Parts: sequence; C-alpha cells; structure tokens
Amino acid sequence: MTEPTRPDPLTPVLTRRWQLDRSWSIDTYERTDGYTALRTALAAQPDQLITLVKDSGLRGRGGAGFPTGMKWSFIPQGPTGAGAKPKYLVINADEGEPGTCKDIPTMMADPHSLIEGCIITSYAIRANFCAIYVRGEALHCIRRLRQAVAEAYAKGYLGTDILGSGFALDIVVHAGAGAYICGEETALLDSLEGRRGQPRLKPPFPATSGLYASPTVVNNVETIASVPDIVSGGSDWFRSMGTEKSPGPKIYSLSGHVERPGQYEAPLGVTLRELLELAGGMKDGIPLKFWTPGGSSTPLFTAEHLDVPLDFEGAAAAGSMLGTTAVQIFNETVSVPWAVMKWTEFYKHESCGKCTPCREGTYWLVQILERMVHGRGTVEDVETMLDICDNILGRSFCALGDGATSPITSAIKYFRQEFLDLIAEQPAVARPDQLAQMTGASA
Amino acid sequence: MTLPEGNPEMNSAEVTGPDEVVWHPEATEGPIASPAFDEVTRQRAKEIIARYPQSRSALLPMLHLVQSVENHVSQAGIRFCSEMLEITTAEVSAVATFYTMYKRNPCGEHLVSVCTNTLCAAMGGDAIYARLQDKLGSEGRPLGHEETAGEPGTPGSITLEHAECLAACDLAPVIQVNYEYFDNQSVDSAEELVDALRRGEKPHPTRGAPLTDLRTVELELAGFHPDLAAVAEGPSIAPETVRGAVLADERGWTAPARPAEHPALPPLPEAKP
Repeated sequence: MTEPTRPDPLTPVLTRRWQLDRSWSIDTYERTDGYTALRTALAAQPDQLITLVKDSGLRGRGGAGFPTGMKWSFIPQGPTGAGAKPKYLVINADEGEPGTCKDIPTMMADPHSLIEGCIITSYAIRANFCAIYVRGEALHCIRRLRQAVAEAYAKGYLGTDILGSGFALDIVVHAGAGAYICGEETALLDSLEGRRGQPRLKPPFPATSGLYASPTVVNNVETIASVPDIVSGGSDWFRSMGTEKSPGPKIYSLSGHVERPGQYEAPLGVTLRELLELAGGMKDGIPLKFWTPGGSSTPLFTAEHLDVPLDFEGAAAAGSMLGTTAVQIFNETVSVPWAVMKWTEFYKHESCGKCTPCREGTYWLVQILERMVHGRGTVEDVETMLDICDNILGRSFCALGDGATSPITSAIKYFRQEFLDLIAEQPAVARPDQLAQMTGASA
Repeated sequence: MTLPEGNPEMNSAEVTGPDEVVWHPEATEGPIASPAFDEVTRQRAKEIIARYPQSRSALLPMLHLVQSVENHVSQAGIRFCSEMLEITTAEVSAVATFYTMYKRNPCGEHLVSVCTNTLCAAMGGDAIYARLQDKLGSEGRPLGHEETAGEPGTPGSITLEHAECLAACDLAPVIQVNYEYFDNQSVDSAEELVDALRRGEKPHPTRGAPLTDLRTVELELAGFHPDLAAVAEGPSIAPETVRGAVLADERGWTAPARPAEHPALPPLPEAKP
C-alpha cells in the first residue's frame, strides 16, 4: 500500500479556467466539462447530493467554515409543516471584508461555475428560486452573472423542466447598494427583502425561517462554485487536497507588501511561508511586520506565525481564524496603531446601528484611536480600548461587532509597546504622509 | 428649552411646540409629483417587481432605477417607490438612507470612488484621495466626501468619495469610476484619470466595460443593460488575478487527477424509522 501522495503546492480547481480565452462564456465552460456535473446530479436523488457534499467535507468559504452538506440537510423537507413551504437558495456575493478579493475574480472569470453550482444546490435542497446577492460596486460581476444566467436559460439549464428532469429553477442576480453588514447572512436576507440590512435575532435560523420566513440556504460564492467539481470528481478526490477537517483547495488572496500579490489556489493548510515563496517574498525585501490570515476581522498574525497551517483548525489554534483567506501583508514601515485606526473607522462606518455595544463601541474606539494617532494619546487609552472591546465581544448582535475588536485586541497583544511608545512620545505616527490625509479620509 | 406651562395631564393648558418648528407634511395623495418618472420608468419598475416572489424585494433595484433617472434619490423618487410598492414613504426613506450607494444630492456625470481602507491606504490610497480632493476643490477648499466638482449632471462633472474596501486588494490601490475598476493606481495616474474625465474623455477601465456615466450604470444595476452580451465583454483578468494559475502552469503543478468518469453518488441515507 502506498502512502497518499501530497498534492502539488498549487492546485488550480476553481481557478483552472481563468486563463482561457473568454473564460466567462458558456462555450468555454462547456468545452471544459461545464454542465456535465449538472447532468450527473439531475440523474440522482437530491439526498444523494447532500450526502456527497457531506462526505466531501466541504466547509463554507465565506469565513465561518460551517460544513456545507450539514447546512443543506437542515432544510426541512416533506409535505407538511416547514417542509411544505417553498425553499430558497441565496448566494452571498456581498464580498467586502477588508482584504477579501476572491469571489469577485471568480464571478468575473468563471461565472458559470457558480451558476452550475446554484442549479445543483437548488436541486439538492429542492429550491425553485435562487437569488445571487452581489454587492452593487461589483458591477462587472453583475453583468457577467446576468449574461451567464441568460446563456443558461437559452441552453435549457434554467427555467422549467431543466434538461427534461422536471426540475424548475429561476435565478435572479440582485445588486446590493453598499453596506458591508449585508455580508452577514440574516442582514443579507433582510436586505434582499427590501429592508435596511440589519441582522436578525437567531434562532430561528435561515434553514427554517430565512427568505420570506421560508427555509433558506445561504452560501458563499466560492462554496457553491466548488459543488460542480465535487460532483464530477467525487468526495475522495476533493479530500485528496487539504486536511482531514479542512479538505479541498482554497483561493488565497495575497495583497499588500509582497512582490507578486494575487490569487493563489492551494490546498487548505498551506502556510504563509510557503505562500510568500510562491509570491516572490516580501516587496523590496522589507521585513514582514503583521498580517491577517483572513480579512480584518480575523486577529492579526506576526512573523512568528509564518508556519501556521492556514486551515480552519490551524488558524484557530494559533489564536486567529481562517476567515476568507484574505492574506493582507504589511511590512515594517506600517504603523500598527494607524492600521488599527483605519480598520476601526471602517467598522464604525459599517456598523448598522441596531445594537448598542457595536454602534457606540466602534464610535468611541475611533475617537480614542484617532486622538492617539494624532499624538494625543493618554496612558489609560490601551486599557480603555481593551475594556470597550470586552464590552463588544460576545455582547453585540452579530459578528460585525466581534470582528471590530479583532484588530484591536490582537494588535495590543503583539504590539502593546508600540501603542505605549506612541502615547509616551506623542509624535505623529511613523508615516506622517498618511496621517496628514487622515482627517479628510474619515470625513 | 422651557416646558409649556400647566400640567398636560390636567388638560388645563394647550401644549404647543416651540415657534420655530414648522411642520410641512408632504402631500401623499394625487399623482406622482415628478414628471421624471415617466411611463418607461414605471414599466421598468413593474418588470423589476415581477422578478421576485415578493414585491418588496424590488426596492433596492428600484432605488437604483430612481438614481438612473435623477442621478440621486430625491423625495419624488422615494414617493415613486412608495407608490409602486404600496409601502410608506417612511419605509422607503429608511432603506434609501441606509445604503451608501444611494446618494442624497445630485451627482456628477461620474462617481470617482477611492478606496481608503487600510491596505489600499497603506499602498497609496490615502495620498490619492487627498490629491484628488485638492485637485477637484475650489477656492482653496478641498472637495469633501460625496461633493461634486462642476455642475451636477453636466459633462465632466465628478462626484468624489472615499470608499471602503472594494474587494480588489491584490490590485491596490484601486479606484472605481462608476463602479468600473481602475487598478494599481498612483497619485499621478489618478490625477491623469480625473483630468481626462474633466475633459469629457472616457478612459477604459483596467477591468470592466467601456466607461459610460453614473446614470447609465445605475440603470444597469437596476437590471437594464443597453446590450448585455456586449457590456459583459471587456477585460477582466489582471495579471494578479491569474498569478497562481500561471505559476502552476510554469511549474507543471495541477490539482490531483480526477476519475475518468464521474464517480457514483453515495447511496441514499437510510430512511429514518
């Protein structure tokens, strides 16, 4: 018996079509096995597909990592009760977590992988209406998706009696209007219902009471775009990449002070050291200072975390979260208090205002950080910020408030002295050019 | 503030508000106030409503439609949505004021959005925004967030804003013009871009369709594309987008081989007793 072979350092699955000529067109997609998984899926029973996705170990790619097949299995089925209601599939394409830039290239380069995934998933959960909620600023993705939907209707992959199966599905590509909070799944549902995007109290969860109070699956773009490959490759193939508990390939988005930023699709569990080698190392050789493993809501890492396996378990064990694998890389020239101030201004702006800890907490954190960065910090500020964070974390209505505390508490954990030095010296931060613009940028 | 005299519970004195508060209730009867919302627009609103299982889901796209007509969301636009969806103007206003893409004042021909979130800011976004503020300002005052240079709606007029993360961090710092991406910007390139827009030119975005104007784009967001197959073309793959895929090709790296045939699906789970 041979040892299972380790996959290659990069494993393009979702990204494998991106270099092809007009990769977004249905011709290219069909020429590269597109819509064959749909035929296989429609020949099966829906519950077989749910079992397949469970077996594959696919976990949600939107940040939380919830097992996808399990989420689908929560949808009540049957002729009575909640099972008798219409079911809905909603795709969370409201990509806006700072650092995250994987879904927009996916939708631009290969929209049909998402559309095919939507059809298979809708069949599995027995939904006849699917909405793809795309952030409004992602205009070209919206066009590509709408064109892909139109092509799919023309080919009989959407509409009534899809490929003679008797299954019917309509897909609407819905443009958001600029609100980060709508990436939170219940806020997204409220927004899709034509309301302010504010999160709902849970339970009830969307699986029983989602869109229009009906059973609803909300999944991320990358999650659903993975489904056709799981159908065509099988769960064992999918599990030949990644780790036992975090299987499959993942798009890592490298940005910031790195020689070759970009999208790198690697098996889950790759480390930043390995990714940096692939990306040509730190820009201009200036050493790494801090980085986020998966967006600004995931606690910061430093150079001591270069060998942390970037899967759900590895990132958590090292005190952060995998999030959206949005790897933002900052070198020694960047002031930590300044970066934290900028992120906190973001959370303050995006706080929906529904709950007091988040609305008031982010407001006061910004006041403290802006004052500190302007050289007017006080010795109590660090402890005050930690105290405010303590009053937000776990006490806010949704994960936005929790996420707002991540950059602050992790920055103080690893760079407390830099905050204290800034307060003691009362200078402007290391990069006064950034500071000078701050007032305007936060107006 | 002084309280009115008397005890309100005794009904002994008429309670009146301060003189300066004058309440102008908006008319809610009669035909739609603005002739801007013509029959074509009403028909489009009906088309939007027909896309959804429940009509109120049409509100966000309809507010984009309103912006395509008026280049902002006016009170008349709010009334239009309210009447089409049979919900109150308060309910529409609550939504219109929540989302940053709905603008309260008339915008320029173009909307220039500069990402000033942490990563773009560190890579130069803050400097770009400051430069554009100075450049588009007048009489020594820099242009503020969501302010417009030039007469709103006229050719070459520009509304400037700083934006939160635009989800193109590998291409930082980024600018959007009418939500089309201009990647890897510098202070100089951003200045040239704005100069060209002011002159009435329409530089091609790094990724996206040929530049039009904000109103056309708002109509697209509402779901009405002038020629969908045509506007869905255009460049969309930056070198950064395919860095990993290109490197894998160069090194001969691939995902593990798939089975030749689609594997059989797992059997149905045992029926619950």
